[in-house]
Amino acid sequence: MGSAGENGAPVNQIVAVVLVMLATVLIGAFGIRVSRTTSDFYVASRTVSPLWNASAIGGEYLSAASFLGVAGLILTFGADMLWLPVGWTGGYLVLLVLVSAPLRRSGAYTLPDFAEARLESMAVRRLSSVLVVLIGWLYLMPQFQSAGLVFRTITGAPPWTGSLLVAAVVATNVLSGGMRSITFVQAFQYWLKLTALAVPLVFMLMAWWSDGRPGLAPGDEWVLPLHGQEHPVYETYSLILATFLGTMGLPHVLVRFYTNPDGRAARRTTLVVLTLLGAFYLMPAVYGYLGHVYGMPQSDTVVIALPGRLVGGPVGEFLTALVTAGAFAAFLSTSSGLTVSVAGVIAQDILRGGVRAFRVATVLAVLVPFALAGVARSLPVATVVGLAFAVAASSFCPLLVLGIWWRRLTTAGAMAGLLAGGGLACTAVVITIIGGPHSGWEGSLLAEPAAWTVPVSFTVMVVVSLLTPSRVPRGVARTMVRLHTPETLNVDRGDWRPRFM
Amino acid sequence: MTGKPRRAAATGTRGQGEGAAASGKPRRVVVTSPRTAAAPRPRHPLTREIDEQTRLGEVYMGSLVRTQFRLALFVCSLLACVVGGLPLLFLLAPELRAAELLGLPLPWVVLAGLIYPALVGGAWLYVRQAERNERDFADLVERR
Repeated sequence: MGSAGENGAPVNQIVAVVLVMLATVLIGAFGIRVSRTTSDFYVASRTVSPLWNASAIGGEYLSAASFLGVAGLILTFGADMLWLPVGWTGGYLVLLVLVSAPLRRSGAYTLPDFAEARLESMAVRRLSSVLVVLIGWLYLMPQFQSAGLVFRTITGAPPWTGSLLVAAVVATNVLSGGMRSITFVQAFQYWLKLTALAVPLVFMLMAWWSDGRPGLAPGDEWVLPLHGQEHPVYETYSLILATFLGTMGLPHVLVRFYTNPDGRAARRTTLVVLTLLGAFYLMPAVYGYLGHVYGMPQSDTVVIALPGRLVGGPVGEFLTALVTAGAFAAFLSTSSGLTVSVAGVIAQDILRGGVRAFRVATVLAVLVPFALAGVARSLPVATVVGLAFAVAASSFCPLLVLGIWWRRLTTAGAMAGLLAGGGLACTAVVITIIGGPHSGWEGSLLAEPAAWTVPVSFTVMVVVSLLTPSRVPRGVARTMVRLHTPETLNVDRGDWRPRFM
Repeated sequence: MTGKPRRAAATGTRGQGEGAAASGKPRRVVVTSPRTAAAPRPRHPLTREIDEQTRLGEVYMGSLVRTQFRLALFVCSLLACVVGGLPLLFLLAPELRAAELLGLPLPWVVLAGLIYPALVGGAWLYVRQAERNERDFADLVERR
């Protein structure tokens, strides 16, 4: 149904994919010349300007789930799925007000760094590392899967070839350039993705207008909210909770905050990110809507297939090539960002550290989700990414929020909360992906676990902390000074530094 | 803001006392200056109180954290009302689900359009207020 059968179109699309990959590798290589020391390798020496930084966060964040998945789910389930992009944007508002400036001021580079700095405990650090790796893999797996799906739509090749292609480019890029090249690549990817979705949309809306603006059939229930799922009210609220609170717990997002010069800049960057994401997420809903009006088949590839369906001829072929390029930009950017974070954590906390360990860790970080992508049940990409948000919301969200704002959080409380919330959410995810689909209440509770795992995690963290008052970290007062005082003040912020291997 | 006038007042009272001693007559001298005009200057700047984690330093830090947390909580509550309220509204008033605005379904206009500028606006207001809170704190602490 896609453009695989049409003459000429696959060639254009393949050219587009090759161009994106080449551009990614070249821009990455250009960045290598700038990155020299280990600190450069990881965080680009914090010399990244706010708009670049925000574009890079946007580029890193807008994955296949946003580019393809949202429109696909809206087409399949209707209005309730509009909450998905709203939550993925609104999550940055929650992150802004609760986390951004203090997190930057903590000086932590990764989530495990933050856990160590705030709780002064290696045990909490290690548990956080495990969760970061799990969330990263859970997020990477569907990226590779949908790369395979899109590649099959274009060429007819088996899905693993597309996955392998993306995995290989990501690994090469991360191995050669580190964070600095990634920053350039990511910023470029945001604007590419925005263009790749916006230009075809303009043409499609023109075609729709000249078609006499076809609308929905009267009484079409697809357009109504709270409809289409088994327990729409529960699932809507659970989705809202997972997306709004999960954003702050994503490992590849937090790394970016370190590249801001200070807490104030971190806030401003977040504001720009919110604007960039808001602009982007106006579009997938229109794709979903047009897809429904024109009766497209319900799948993740609707974004790729729609321009060819609405705008025929060479223009249509060009537009199809453009969206395909955007989709591959999405696979590459998110996967690169996640790979850097996951590899960083594996290298630092599991292997011995150093640039060589980082290289081994990079291979591991890519290989495992690539293998999983071949084995696991194929769910819509945005659904699996939604599960990763649910795990982040029920583990790192309470750790960050309580860690930043509540002095009485104890080591034992943090451990218990991470284990309970993260453990339950991970169990639900594994059951959903391996054993599903389940039906009835149990199916909804497992498929959208955030509504119960987030409260469990917060409650356990608070209750255990109150029961173990003797285990409040000794330096909590100094840490609070560090987290909350503006950098202009000359105060003692303690001497904790993240370990750059 | 009131640092300089206070210091002037303090030296003023001291001057009076010295003048009285020089004339040799036992006169009533006001030893304690009026509380409003001449609060004693802290012996060292507040940043040192914070560094040494004295009671005073902790009070100041606590007030900063509380101010910022209250602001964060306010924004989050507002967000929760809007975001949590919309599905509830659609549940309790089913006719809203099918309502139209400018020929488009109302839930779509809100969720796929209007909510994004609202989020950006909220974030902008928050950033402004949070920076103002920090400036106020810095003024307070660095006041001489």
